[in-house]
Amino acid sequence: MTTPKKDELTGVATTGHEWDGLTELNNPLPRWWLYVLYATIVFGVIYAFFVPPIPGVEGILPTTRQALSERVAEAREGQATFLTGIENSDAAQIRADGELFAFATAGGAASFAENCAPCHGAGGAGAPGYPSLADDVWLWGGTLGDIEATIIHGVRSDDPDTRYSEMLAFGRDGILTGAQIGDVANYVLSLSGKAPDAQAAAAGKEIFAENCTSCHGENGEGMQELGAPALDDAIWLYGGTLADVETQITNPKHGVMPAWGGRLDETTIKMLTVYVSTLGGYEE
Amino acid sequence: MADVYADQEAQSRKEQSLYASRVKVYPKKVWGQIRKLKWASLIVLLGIYYIAPWLRWDRGPNAPDQAFLIDMPHRRAYFLWIEIWPQEVYFLVGLLLLGALGMFFVTSLFGRIWCGYTCPQTVWTDLFMWVERLIEGDRNQRIRLDKAGFSLDKLWRKSAKHAAWVVIAILTGGAWIMYFNDAPTVVPAILTGTAGIKVYGFLFLFTATTYLLAGWAREQVCIYMCPWPRFQSAMYDEDTLAVTYRDWRGEPRGKHKKGESWENRGHCVDCRACVAVCPMGIDIRDGMQLECIGCGLCIDACNNIMDNLDLPRGLVGYDSQRNQDLRATGKPLHFHFIRPRTIVYAVIFAIICGLMAWGLLSRSTVEVNVLHDRNPVYVTLSDGSIRNGYTIRVLNKTRQEKVYKLSFDGLGYATMSVVGQEDSMAENIARLTAAPNMVATYHVFLTVPPELEVEESHSFDFTLTDRDTGAIAHHETIFRGP
Repeated sequence: MTTPKKDELTGVATTGHEWDGLTELNNPLPRWWLYVLYATIVFGVIYAFFVPPIPGVEGILPTTRQALSERVAEAREGQATFLTGIENSDAAQIRADGELFAFATAGGAASFAENCAPCHGAGGAGAPGYPSLADDVWLWGGTLGDIEATIIHGVRSDDPDTRYSEMLAFGRDGILTGAQIGDVANYVLSLSGKAPDAQAAAAGKEIFAENCTSCHGENGEGMQELGAPALDDAIWLYGGTLADVETQITNPKHGVMPAWGGRLDETTIKMLTVYVSTLGGYEE
Repeated sequence: MADVYADQEAQSRKEQSLYASRVKVYPKKVWGQIRKLKWASLIVLLGIYYIAPWLRWDRGPNAPDQAFLIDMPHRRAYFLWIEIWPQEVYFLVGLLLLGALGMFFVTSLFGRIWCGYTCPQTVWTDLFMWVERLIEGDRNQRIRLDKAGFSLDKLWRKSAKHAAWVVIAILTGGAWIMYFNDAPTVVPAILTGTAGIKVYGFLFLFTATTYLLAGWAREQVCIYMCPWPRFQSAMYDEDTLAVTYRDWRGEPRGKHKKGESWENRGHCVDCRACVAVCPMGIDIRDGMQLECIGCGLCIDACNNIMDNLDLPRGLVGYDSQRNQDLRATGKPLHFHFIRPRTIVYAVIFAIICGLMAWGLLSRSTVEVNVLHDRNPVYVTLSDGSIRNGYTIRVLNKTRQEKVYKLSFDGLGYATMSVVGQEDSMAENIARLTAAPNMVATYHVFLTVPPELEVEESHSFDFTLTDRDTGAIAHHETIFRGP
């Protein structure tokens, strides 16, 4: 072996490689670093026997996946009494039982965040076109039974028992003229004392009686069997300005909610029902 | 030319190194008043440390009866009659502030008394060194042993020392575990191997850190790891006591033969006894240093030498800068304990003591925390009313089940309802129950009728009243409108 050449400037041995006058210095890895590397290699080999990184090969220790499912099973076991309690009670009984109520509210909140919040908002705040679940009005009813039925079957979904209704497109289908729509929109707003044009509102009264009362009720109080919203209150699903109301009469929008009956299990739906009932609109 | 630059560069590279390798310190045994004082303080401090967790304090049923206990799993801390919930962690902050100010105060008066006599690092290192000396011999024998090659004698001495260190580490650092568990339960459990993995884990952690810090790191902890020496000089002034070498008396130093005259020379015979005993490995004659922990062992060492030479003691001693100068010029000494600095520390200390005492005396057995809903911030109801939701947490700090009345002030026109108890509301006062020693959570709605214009944000108070004792807790929150 020849003695390695030393670099004059730094005193470090060179590797003997030289490119256009640039020499490569031989600065080996720090010893401690190298030992740590070897140690990790040794650890890796031993570890592979305990937890093999090969799918389908069993090791001495459970894989993290197995450990996780064990932990989940443990947690499920801890929840078992509550879950069977919920399974064997209806939503009203759950609400009456302090412990079950607390458990169902927490469980429902988790499921709500996952499944419902994207449309209805966190805390059921709602958004234009997506009804608020925190206020005191309900399109399809706010008793525990109503809420549960809506969750299971959805609204205008592909479930055979879905809640279904459709408002006529009075403008698009030429049932009413533009002027008539303006009048009846003013009348609708006058029900909550907000009509911008009192004369138009008076003119709209008759049009309302002929076209709207069958679903929205004599005085615009709404009809939950048909999901027809009340028109005499402060809550507007698609906006409460004159233009908003005219648009809805001309060419109505219809919200769709999927049926959750097939997607979520019965217990989860019960917990969701209980949770939604705590948001503020609970009706007995 | 190129060579000159290369030399310069190599030179500067050499100077750039900021790393100082450790020079191992071999403190020599010393006996004297200060060493006695240090042993005494070690015995007293360890005594307190071991006895405290075994003291009992009756708190009634369903409560631990250990006088000093930090119960992590149940989120409670017990100090005699005081019980602290996590929500009251400000008491801990107060305690830490008192500790800091107490140290400021003592340091400005007496220098690094804390470092030299009471710091666990010092106390435990003292024990470790004592064992080391017992097994490996004194300074010179230890130096020789370390230099010597491998031998059976070296092997058994080294292993015996480390084994003894581990035992001391378990007994000192490891004993900390007793403050976090019921001591009479956990100690037998540890000995019989039935304590949980957490207990053994922490026992190992405390033992390992004690073994490393007191056995291996030693003075490096004080010099490099501890922040206290770095800023304690801010508490020093010319009246602060510090271990000082009286250079006016000692210099010029030099070797002295028996019978020689002491004329025209200092009393320091350059025997280096003060250096040999120093646990920090410094020379006190270099003046005040960051490394000096003020333990005063060099005072003992020097006094012993002075006694042998029939010279007056105190060539090294605790002295303030002012008295040092007065001594040098032969003027009477002047002790100056009451100074603006000490007054300020004492006053702040007293104020915090007062605040803590007031906080503990007026500590309520009930607390209420209110969280205003943010999703949705407010809800418009069908009649135009505005409703806000609140999550109310009731902390029942008693050991009985309690019924509380919840009411609100400053929002008189609102109506209240509690989720889950829609029927049982009477006149805007809700009835909330809370299990003993637990936090109960309720969701409450407040509704303001449409006739009243709601501000964008209106503050008001929730009030919780204990129905039996009348104890009251308030929490300010807001009502939000459009």
